[in-house]
Amino acid sequence: MSIDYAQKIPNNVNLSEDRALQRALEHWQPNYIEWWREMGPDGSQDFDVYLRTAVSVDPSGWAHFDYLKMPDYRWGIFLAAPDPARQVNFGEHKGEAAWQDVPGEHRANLRRIIVTQGDTEPASVEQQRHLGLTAPSQYDLRNLFQVNVEEGRHLWAMVYLLHRYFGRDGREEAEALLQRRSGDTDHPRILGAFNERTPDWLAFFMFTYFTDRDGKFQLCALAESGFDPLARTTKFMLTEEAHHMFVGESGVARVIQRTCEAMREHKSEDPATLRALGVIDLPTIQRYLNFHYSVTIDLFGADQSSNAAIFYGAGLKGRFEETKRADDHVLKGMTYPILEVAGGKLTERAVPMLNALNEVLRDDYIKDSMGGVARWNKVIEKHGVAFRLQVPHKAFNRRIGTLAGHHVTPDGQLVDEATWQAGVRQWLPTDEDRAYVASLMGRVTERARYANWISPPVVGINRQPLDFEYIRFN
Amino acid sequence: MDASVTTAVVKQHLIDPEICIRCNTCEETCPVHAITHDSRNYVVRADVCGSCLACIAPCPTGAIDNWRVVAAAQTYPIEEQLLWDVLPPAPASITEDPGVAVAPPAANAGGGLAAVAQAFSDSAPGATIPPAGAAHPQVNLYTHREPVTATVVGNIRVTDGDVESDTHHIVLDFGAKPFPVLEGQSIGVLPPGVDAAGRTHVARQYSLSSPRDGERRGYNNIALTVKRVTADHAGAPVRGVCSNYLCDLAKGDIVQVIGPFGNTFLMPDHPRANLLMICTGTGSAPMRAMTERRRRLRADADGKLMLFFGARTARELPYFGPLMNLPRDFIDINLAFSRTPDTPKRYVQDLMRERGDDVAALLESPDTHVYVCGLKSMEQGVLDALRAVCEQHGADWNARWRELKSEGRLHFETY
Repeated sequence: MSIDYAQKIPNNVNLSEDRALQRALEHWQPNYIEWWREMGPDGSQDFDVYLRTAVSVDPSGWAHFDYLKMPDYRWGIFLAAPDPARQVNFGEHKGEAAWQDVPGEHRANLRRIIVTQGDTEPASVEQQRHLGLTAPSQYDLRNLFQVNVEEGRHLWAMVYLLHRYFGRDGREEAEALLQRRSGDTDHPRILGAFNERTPDWLAFFMFTYFTDRDGKFQLCALAESGFDPLARTTKFMLTEEAHHMFVGESGVARVIQRTCEAMREHKSEDPATLRALGVIDLPTIQRYLNFHYSVTIDLFGADQSSNAAIFYGAGLKGRFEETKRADDHVLKGMTYPILEVAGGKLTERAVPMLNALNEVLRDDYIKDSMGGVARWNKVIEKHGVAFRLQVPHKAFNRRIGTLAGHHVTPDGQLVDEATWQAGVRQWLPTDEDRAYVASLMGRVTERARYANWISPPVVGINRQPLDFEYIRFN
Repeated sequence: MDASVTTAVVKQHLIDPEICIRCNTCEETCPVHAITHDSRNYVVRADVCGSCLACIAPCPTGAIDNWRVVAAAQTYPIEEQLLWDVLPPAPASITEDPGVAVAPPAANAGGGLAAVAQAFSDSAPGATIPPAGAAHPQVNLYTHREPVTATVVGNIRVTDGDVESDTHHIVLDFGAKPFPVLEGQSIGVLPPGVDAAGRTHVARQYSLSSPRDGERRGYNNIALTVKRVTADHAGAPVRGVCSNYLCDLAKGDIVQVIGPFGNTFLMPDHPRANLLMICTGTGSAPMRAMTERRRRLRADADGKLMLFFGARTARELPYFGPLMNLPRDFIDINLAFSRTPDTPKRYVQDLMRERGDDVAALLESPDTHVYVCGLKSMEQGVLDALRAVCEQHGADWNARWRELKSEGRLHFETY
């Protein structure tokens, strides 16, 4: 399963044996590079960055570190090793051999799943393209770039599937992935959260913690797919995705650590005092958390979805850890509780589980998200500070599904418009919060130095020391 | 990773719950399913993990790279690990093995296990990648669930009969079962029976002392160097479960084996490579394997071999006779004895300093690979000696150290 780097497009899929496909991708490649130069990290194309590149998909080869200019990153097509005995593990085709080609009747749905996933990858690069100008350290700048190049590779992964299995439609969709732009009013990215701005590094860390975790859950669900090339592609993507969530979890933890140090040193919990010290007060961190969490759980889609039922029944998209679950993997006749507003209050109602699979995935996501928030609270607890971060109620600030249009506070109270308006400044980041955080964003480029508002990391990347030269600015 | 002399101590692989982000990458990667999790923590089953290190590079955080030296009977069970918020502090001290010629290095003095455990962690002193040109190792072909059986075809004592140290050379044959190995790799032996708590014994790891093409060339057999354990690290009498089992085996006996293990402590396979080998006691096992490999290739290889080997006395030095018969122009042998009557104690690091000119010349060469095997406590002493030698010859040790590590040319196998 080694990757052939001599080829124009590194791959472990024997691309050279399919000349038509190879030519199609080689035609797409310059357009991709052009997109990267236009929409990739701003002003950083000549830096030598200490990056991780996959040289094979086995454990010893996929984390190869070296200095590299980002446009020279070897974006390629890597699928996890095949399992010849693999089956469709859920839905109506359960027990059949996994499909090596697209079943005709599911073609449109599969294409839609792949395009939706693929669209998020370049979108996040676009959202983050100015962050490099305000990085709090070389270490963080390197991590940002690593996230960026790997999101780029994830786009490649989806484009390969489109070109390889969807003919002309697929090629057109692959072009369109390079045409849409995050936040563009005429050609926006498909999903809402990917049109939001990522204006500062706290937002970036929250995004990588919460929104890239949505990516993890979507990829996990697709890694169960009966369409084997999709399962193998997403499986390898997950290994890379882990780094992105690490950047988010450790990034927020380091911000909290620094704030708590300042709180302890100056014996103060007053946000104004702490802001005067140049650190980010915990209530502001809580408001950022509320925002990113609520926007991200919308990404799982409507609480009841016939599409989700179709995708599952057809064996296209499973649940998180589908094969580790003990039920019948068909789910007919089973129910699942969803939240709705009835009679002026929030209540649970049992609906057919097949229709509630978005909600099932969302709830798994929520459980996973809370783990990291609990670990952030451990940092606060260690400093003897009484404040605790909380994950807001599932119904808070929702824009999609039956809860859209209702006002629910972070602790789950259904309130009217006036109460919402009176409280929203305590719950979601205000313009002042964002302006304050933005005011802290200055660029730190010296080795071993970290901006005042964030602690150094506990360990370096690839076991390098903290004073390692992660970026050569040239 | 390997313990050539296995005592009641094992190096347990643990995940730091404070740094881990629960991304599942390690569990996905582990070839033997040693890693599992609940909603709180990711944990490693000590009795399944073969220390193949497949999980180390993919971990995005570094949380995976934590090791604790613990008594084999007291490894942390996963039920306990699942409750941790932080890694446990290192348990009470494990003292130096009284029987081996290694000076206690200053850095470890009084540091007990904390210092030992620290050195296993992410600031590992040696490379975490194999040398350039190393053959690709096979690992984990046989596991606890499916071990392979081997037949004892030889078992001889290799230390003099009248000395206290009882070290055996044991040859195991795998018959028709494939068991491909490389010099520097190790295997696990499953001793029969159960421990005091009624659990089956955990596997004990032993470095191979034979080269890849067999102890007897062309045969599907391997050799181990096993020291009979009769005292624990504190000197109290204790009967080592596996070492006694192995030393007492007779020809024709059957042994359950797992492995092979190890994918970094491997030899470069080009003939110009110089090997600088530093070992004590049964830490000589991988050095014997590599030396024998080079001896068999001698006609085509012109790289230098230099060996520093420590023991209490010449008579306790495993393989002393055959070793001294090797031609001087093939291998440069330096022996340090710490208990020779009427002679001052000498340790391997003293000898390395004495031979500083030649060691420094070897270290200058990009073809030189350094291997260290023996008790954990020799690690710092050897590093100090290498630093001193480099600095005396005007070289920047820190830069060289980094280079040796990043090029897979400095390997430690300590226990």
